[in-house]
Amino acid sequence: MNGKVTSISGATVCVDLPDLKVGDRVLVGSNRLTGEVVRLDGRIATVQVFEENRGLGIGEEVATAGGPLTVHLGPGLLGGVFDGLQRPLPQLLRNSGDFITSGQNPFPLDRSRAWEFSSDRRPGEALHAGEAFGTVREGHIDHLLLSPRDGTLVRLHTGTLFLENPAATFAEAEPVHGWHSWPVRDARPYRRKLPPTTPLITGQRCLDFLFPLLKGGVAIVPGGFGTGKTVLEQTIAKFADVDVVVYVGCGERGNEMAGLLDEFGELEDPRSGRPLMERTIIVANTSNMPVAARESSIFTAVTMAEYYRDMGLDVLFLADSLSRWAEALREISAALEEMPGEDGYPTYLGSRLSGFIERAGVVEALAGGEGSLSMILAVSPPGADFAEPVTQACLRVAGALYLLDTQLAHRRHFPAINWTQSFSLYSDTAMAHFTEQHAEWAKLQARCRDLLQREDALREVAEVVGMEGLQDGDRLLMRTAEKIRLDFLCQNSFTEDAFATPQDTIAHITALVAGHDRLAAALKGGALLDDLLKEGADAPR
Amino acid sequence: MRLAEHQYRTVRAIHGPLLFLEKVFAARLGELVKITAPDGRQLSGEVLKIAGDQVLVQVFGGTQGLDTRRTTVSFSDAVMRAPLGTGVQGRVFDGSFRPRDGLPMFVPEFRKPVTGAPINPVARAHPVEFIETGFSTIDGLNTLVKGQKLPIFTCAGLPAREMTDQLLRQARLPDGGPFVLVFVALGLTHFEYQFYRQTLEHMQSRFVAFVNLADDPVVERLLAPRLALTVAEDLAFRQEMDVLVIITDMTNYCDALREISTAREELPGRRGYPGHMYSDLASLYERAGRIHGRKGSVTLLPTITMPEDDITHPIPDLTGYITEGQIVLSRELHQKGIYPPVDVLPSLSRLMQHGIGKGQTRKDHREVANRLYRTYAKGCDLRRLEAVVGRDGMLADDRKLLDFADRFEADFVHQGQQRRTIDATLDTAKALLDSFREVAR
Repeated sequence: MNGKVTSISGATVCVDLPDLKVGDRVLVGSNRLTGEVVRLDGRIATVQVFEENRGLGIGEEVATAGGPLTVHLGPGLLGGVFDGLQRPLPQLLRNSGDFITSGQNPFPLDRSRAWEFSSDRRPGEALHAGEAFGTVREGHIDHLLLSPRDGTLVRLHTGTLFLENPAATFAEAEPVHGWHSWPVRDARPYRRKLPPTTPLITGQRCLDFLFPLLKGGVAIVPGGFGTGKTVLEQTIAKFADVDVVVYVGCGERGNEMAGLLDEFGELEDPRSGRPLMERTIIVANTSNMPVAARESSIFTAVTMAEYYRDMGLDVLFLADSLSRWAEALREISAALEEMPGEDGYPTYLGSRLSGFIERAGVVEALAGGEGSLSMILAVSPPGADFAEPVTQACLRVAGALYLLDTQLAHRRHFPAINWTQSFSLYSDTAMAHFTEQHAEWAKLQARCRDLLQREDALREVAEVVGMEGLQDGDRLLMRTAEKIRLDFLCQNSFTEDAFATPQDTIAHITALVAGHDRLAAALKGGALLDDLLKEGADAPR
Repeated sequence: MRLAEHQYRTVRAIHGPLLFLEKVFAARLGELVKITAPDGRQLSGEVLKIAGDQVLVQVFGGTQGLDTRRTTVSFSDAVMRAPLGTGVQGRVFDGSFRPRDGLPMFVPEFRKPVTGAPINPVARAHPVEFIETGFSTIDGLNTLVKGQKLPIFTCAGLPAREMTDQLLRQARLPDGGPFVLVFVALGLTHFEYQFYRQTLEHMQSRFVAFVNLADDPVVERLLAPRLALTVAEDLAFRQEMDVLVIITDMTNYCDALREISTAREELPGRRGYPGHMYSDLASLYERAGRIHGRKGSVTLLPTITMPEDDITHPIPDLTGYITEGQIVLSRELHQKGIYPPVDVLPSLSRLMQHGIGKGQTRKDHREVANRLYRTYAKGCDLRRLEAVVGRDGMLADDRKLLDFADRFEADFVHQGQQRRTIDATLDTAKALLDSFREVAR
């Protein structure tokens, strides 16, 4: 069934094509640009086009793709680099050169790659949708092949498997492949959701020690420009103790993506010793790529993340940045002439966002095992003003806030996490875990917070009376707090210090606090701080 | 598909720079149109929006003298393309690619769409090669690399113009090779343009200039940078040259964007700027870069005058979110007589980490930069304290840190018209750090 383009306003195109459903994928124009139906009005459908559509003419043909916008899920996603529509960027490069052109639609998975397929299932067994019917080895993980629908197994084609060939046959001669497609806007189903309990080690001392995240939890990272959101996200992507990382560059810089690709290609996963890229999926929709595809990119990415979660793996989803996604939503909404809400964002920003963020969590998967999907989402508030709608909407659903501070960044205190305004609702649960490893953890955390808080208060006093006017005890406290800030909370992402194990972290803070207590005791005994510091000046730190 | 040009005399309305036409057959989005005014004047325009046979056209140039009865609009069936070729070098054009230097138009070898296409992120080569600008504050602390986009945030009345000018004359590549300069003036006054012209003449033929002066059509302000970047991409990625694109001033560009957006009756966002300004700016800035397997590069240095000296204003704010850092000029330093008045604390080069150190600049670069930065930041913090308790009420070490901040500004930041090599920059820094060894850790 073919229709025609009737009006064009930027990426929003109206087409005359009956029998479409909202959310359907359509191919627009002679270049067959991918679009999604966002609104229906009689025979006329409003379509959001995901590709550059300059040159598109009135009257050009439109065809339905016969279903919603989907992603392809199967072995070989790991190590992949895709755009917001899951088009493999390396393949686009081979097909059309260094610049992205419209109308390309290569298959996202590598059909020529051979997989060793094994299964302990037997013909005659009944399978439910989402259950595994075998495994292939993908890098460091056992990739479960999940059944796309209910059925009875008739045959299994174990051995060498190519994705274009069926992996199994169901009753009524239905072939089942090693891959299937899934609508990006639909969350993948699971048996039930479980409360998150295990800490996710980010390797950042400040986060793991003061504001721990749990596997299955959601943290947001708002910060003005130059506060190091991207570096923090990328550092966590390198070192977090998870099985799979899905990284979305959503409306951000192309050069940053290039840097990420270079680094991830070279670096090793500290746990498995294999290239870091082998556990990573990158979705890159940079700021100059079409806006509508930027909107879909986080859904494309989160569906792939859910797919690995469904194999019982721990998946970390990182997005940089959610604000660019929200802005894409705003641009689309404005093009549809919808009534604007706060700051021009559509009024459904909050519900759309919470619907997305709720796709995180720990689940009992349909295939059995327990998988988790954690999210760390960067937010770029205009003018670093956190009262804006996107930050506020995120705060309502996120369990942890890592607030990046412009002042700290200007002082080159990285990661520039503000320790007074950040929080983690997962702290108590995580603490139960950490205290098992180190009994003093909770106590040290409280001490550390207390020292930093008192430093703030003292600094105000010092601004009135000067440091000279402070007592020795207070000066010592300020000195210790400074050490905590500079040596402990600061962490250089470009050196070996980029990752700290929980053991290192706790040893580090224990030493700092013990040093403080030793000097404090000496002061109580009547010693003078200046003398103590002079003596200690040559002592190893 | 239409095979010939279509001509219409069906202008229904004219709103500012926009024409509304009706009864147009099969128009295309972004289609180039030629407009003939009743007095024979020729203008060009671009299709912005189509609803059935109704078409909205944006006119490049003023709409004065156009009417609804006799104005002819012909549709070309093609999107706007920039003429390209070797003849483009050494020339000055206006915002519609017409020669501005009195010479005849060069013979184009081919044409390319002015909007360009996004570089595939996997084709991008990460920028790592050091560019020596001759300014210590940039080379030493906010290093620029090939393929980077690094804006200069200035305030009205600060010498950004002199800095840009010096950059043009001084910037050097590590292998000593020259840059080709693409200079884009947007809404520049005649007075300022005179200033830059001397520098362009000095560049001989290693430049291309697109000049839209303050009294030129506003719509061309949106077109000029796109033409310039299309030329820059051709020079860099086809002719394999290192191209430095200087755009001054992006604030005028954004104001033009706001003007056109209002005429289109789009929903205004912060301070009246359109909601799509981020994407629009990105479509320019992101054209900087390097590509694997190609020799050339596009490095972008836009100047932005921060309205009311406010860095959170939408223009610098959105720019900062797209570019790889920023160089921020400070009124306070300028008033102290320091040139270039770069405030290094809010300044940043995100790509510096990979562009410095052994093999690029010098082995000690990173350490020196970190120490300088840390110590100066401490000194600046203490200045607030000094304002309250006075210098005498402070600890000896803190007084030294204050001295350091002063000396840093006077010796390192301030350099007048003198060009410093990276070695001279780092040596100056080391000397400074050595004389404050006790506090500059």
